[in-house]
Amino acid sequence: MDKCIACGACSDKCPQKVLNEYNEGLDKRKAAHVQYAQAVPLKYCLDKDNCLYFLKGKCRACEKFCPAGAINYEQSETQREIKVGSVILSAGFQPFDPSIYSTYSYANSPNVVTALEFERILAASGPWMGHLVRPSDEMEPRKIAFLQCVGSRDMNICDHPYCSSVCCMYAIKEAIIAKEHSHDDLDVSIYYMDMRTFGKDFERYYEKAKKLGIHFIRSRVHTVDLLPDDSIRIQYATEQGDRKTDEFDMLVLSHGLEVSDSTVELARRLDVELGDHQFIRSGSFTPVATSRSGIYVCGALNGPKDIPISVMEASAAACAAAGNLSEARGTLVQEKEIPKPMDVTGDIPRVGVFVCSCGINIAGVVDVKAVAEYAKGLPYVTYVQNNLFSCSQDAQDNLTEVIRAQGLNRIVVAACTPRTHEPLFQETLQNAGLNKYLFEMANIRNQDSWVHTDNPEKATNKAMDLVRMAVAKVSLLEPLQEIQLSVNPGAMVIGGGLAGMNAALSLAKQGYETHLVERESHLGGTARQLRVTAQGEAVGPYLEQLIAKVEAEPLIKLHMETTIKDVDGFVGNFKTTLSTKEKEDSVEHGVTIIATGASEYKPREYAYGQHPKVLTHLELDAALTTGQVDPKSTNSVVFIQCVGSREPERPYCSKVCCTHSVETAIHFKEENPDCQVVILYRDIRTYGERELLYKEARSKGVLFIRFSLDHKPIVEVDGDGLKVTVYDQILKRDLLISADVVGLASAVVSNRAEDLAQMFKVSMDDDGWFLEAHQKLRPVDFATDGVFMCGLAHYPKPIEESIAQAQAAVSRAVTILSRDEMWLSGTVAFIDQNKCVGCGVCWTVCPYQAIDQNEKGLAVVNEALCKGCGTCVASCRSGAPNLRGFTTRDVMAQIEAMM
Amino acid sequence: MTAKKKVTGAVMVVGGGIAGMQASLDLADSGFYVYLVEKNPAIGGVMSQLDKTFPTNDCAM
Repeated sequence: MDKCIACGACSDKCPQKVLNEYNEGLDKRKAAHVQYAQAVPLKYCLDKDNCLYFLKGKCRACEKFCPAGAINYEQSETQREIKVGSVILSAGFQPFDPSIYSTYSYANSPNVVTALEFERILAASGPWMGHLVRPSDEMEPRKIAFLQCVGSRDMNICDHPYCSSVCCMYAIKEAIIAKEHSHDDLDVSIYYMDMRTFGKDFERYYEKAKKLGIHFIRSRVHTVDLLPDDSIRIQYATEQGDRKTDEFDMLVLSHGLEVSDSTVELARRLDVELGDHQFIRSGSFTPVATSRSGIYVCGALNGPKDIPISVMEASAAACAAAGNLSEARGTLVQEKEIPKPMDVTGDIPRVGVFVCSCGINIAGVVDVKAVAEYAKGLPYVTYVQNNLFSCSQDAQDNLTEVIRAQGLNRIVVAACTPRTHEPLFQETLQNAGLNKYLFEMANIRNQDSWVHTDNPEKATNKAMDLVRMAVAKVSLLEPLQEIQLSVNPGAMVIGGGLAGMNAALSLAKQGYETHLVERESHLGGTARQLRVTAQGEAVGPYLEQLIAKVEAEPLIKLHMETTIKDVDGFVGNFKTTLSTKEKEDSVEHGVTIIATGASEYKPREYAYGQHPKVLTHLELDAALTTGQVDPKSTNSVVFIQCVGSREPERPYCSKVCCTHSVETAIHFKEENPDCQVVILYRDIRTYGERELLYKEARSKGVLFIRFSLDHKPIVEVDGDGLKVTVYDQILKRDLLISADVVGLASAVVSNRAEDLAQMFKVSMDDDGWFLEAHQKLRPVDFATDGVFMCGLAHYPKPIEESIAQAQAAVSRAVTILSRDEMWLSGTVAFIDQNKCVGCGVCWTVCPYQAIDQNEKGLAVVNEALCKGCGTCVASCRSGAPNLRGFTTRDVMAQIEAMM
Repeated sequence: MTAKKKVTGAVMVVGGGIAGMQASLDLADSGFYVYLVEKNPAIGGVMSQLDKTFPTNDCAM
């Protein structure tokens, strides 16, 4: 494996073709293969089950053609014993296999595909290079349908009664992308039971899909027939009971998530407890802990979930795993020693050019020898070399030697893309004692040999052009200094609710002093009003214990009835002014976690405020706890869903309300089976294993009646009681329900802490939720370094997700706190004060709020905040800003060299 | 008082999909040695098979 240079020769020469699992078996790969082009590690391997040598004892073509001598047929399984302090299980899920359903004709029709197969069909790296075709005849489909809940919410064959959480959203995404890929106006229908778009911005996406003309049909399809031309006919019943038939070119099955047998086996071997559906069991208050101490879990193995929540839980598991090991932090890792770079200021450029053949990837098209010869004649070039593989380890050692021996002070590597390989070469420069910014790459592979295979001569000329441009630029480059920042090892958590307290305790557990700031006179936030979790755990006693722990923790400094007045500084070095009625205090800290929570929408509708028994979620929970509402003496209770949510004014789903109403409805039924309990809903969104609560509620006799936005229920005060009128879509008439209690599933609304956002230079979205750095991959980070978020301030969420998010924010924060100092990139903007007129365009457009005004009103860059995006450079009419390493002079030199 | 048991500053992460990778990175970035165990020849998990992702339509890779 160490010898493989990923040239692909073994795969090219391998005669054995097998189904390509990466493309879900839609095309073939070789027995010598790499899983996918961007695989990490990028190392080819032999598939022992299919390799001819292993099957028949001869062939060895790969060995013959491998230029690196990397093929080893003797490699075998080895066993190693390793010693670790904690274990994290993140073995994920396997997609449900619909071939066991004969009803869907999946096994016998090529045009009935799973959603993951469809994902590969849409992908540029897929079997048809992203061209939307149906597998049977490779013709573009004109009409396709998605069937939801395949293998989910179903007890007939597969025994997966839970909701897989992710299929509604991926179906909408695939439908939208399919329409984009289609040359004609693709007709797309999605057949569903409840549309579960409960996450951040999901509901907007659903609305967008409807506007794009995607048909959403509320129905479970009961029959799928194959037609002679490989098209598909489906039969279904509408909600009103009408029987309908439709035909499609292709059918996509939105299959669910399940735990694989091998993962179940692994969990059993590790003696961790599994839940009823083989997902690993964890409690709502310890969302990433398994039943076995020291073993943690995250991702879809812990219940079906999407990428952002998986990533968030992964950080949470890292936090929990590190919690018990903090005293051993740093004992097994080694810091790399980097030699001090030599001073090259004022030296005449001595440019070394290294032209890579990349096996035959480049050399098969471009005449690399001619390019190398050409490079010798370029200004300041003192050394040129051609390598078979510039990225191989021996090439790095050679590069280090040559830099030293030839006294090179600028390096050009003409090879592949800087996106994947720049860090490698820069590290080599550093090891050779050269500032890593004295480096430039010319991409003569991706942007040349790969795209001009049919024209070697022009490709060679282009390679020469690219090298000339790189040399022109590199000669002008100056060493850049990375900024070193010291890190204050303290944290500040703003908000003393469930999320904030968990964050503070986790930080303390890892050994970091934490300032916990709470506006009110008491800790606990919204959770003070909650009764139970979805798993039925009582919230009150847990909260009491949590508060007691926070108050007893010596590393937590509590600041009650305190607000933030001012914030100065940046990552590693914040200085925050806290304000109470009596005084102001200044606190220094390295990171900040914002956990300011959210509020409950106070309804203006449904007779709220006109009758003491029309209660919001939280009010009903409190009334049940105090006994003001007693299920035993209640004859009829009606819940109304989506109060203030999924409305034009608030076009998002509040995520928690369906589960909350369902669990409260069950509570009424358990306490008083004779009580009539009705839930009026638009879509029931009991995602994941919460679906079991929905099932339980129905089996206990809770009535579910669906209403639509244009036909909302009416609540009227009727003497001492209440009267609810709802239009039943199935019966097509108004139903009149008398109720003792009406529970309103009121929206979760943002506190809109705009002053806080401004002080910490972080953003909010249109709905007032704090905006993460990346919705999928950085779900608790802000774009501003050193500031993190958790809990309801990010988006409505249940307790277990709030706690996991708090732990995740701590994990991210500790990646900063655990260092004594940090280095920031040298590629930052600077302002020529002689050219700046203080017009303010740059600090308005800067996405990182890294530009301030100085005392003269001119722009100055805060290098600790700057990410080197260059937006300020492009925006300035006076040309005052410039980006180090990409100055106008450097870029113009490159362009002039091309002309 | 009993002597405190010495702990090991290393963590094993089982599964190299998006969750396993993120957990490993966080731990390595906070001073712990990580053993990331994956049964396939490449890390990435199911996410590496996805085309584009909501909401940015970023390539999943």
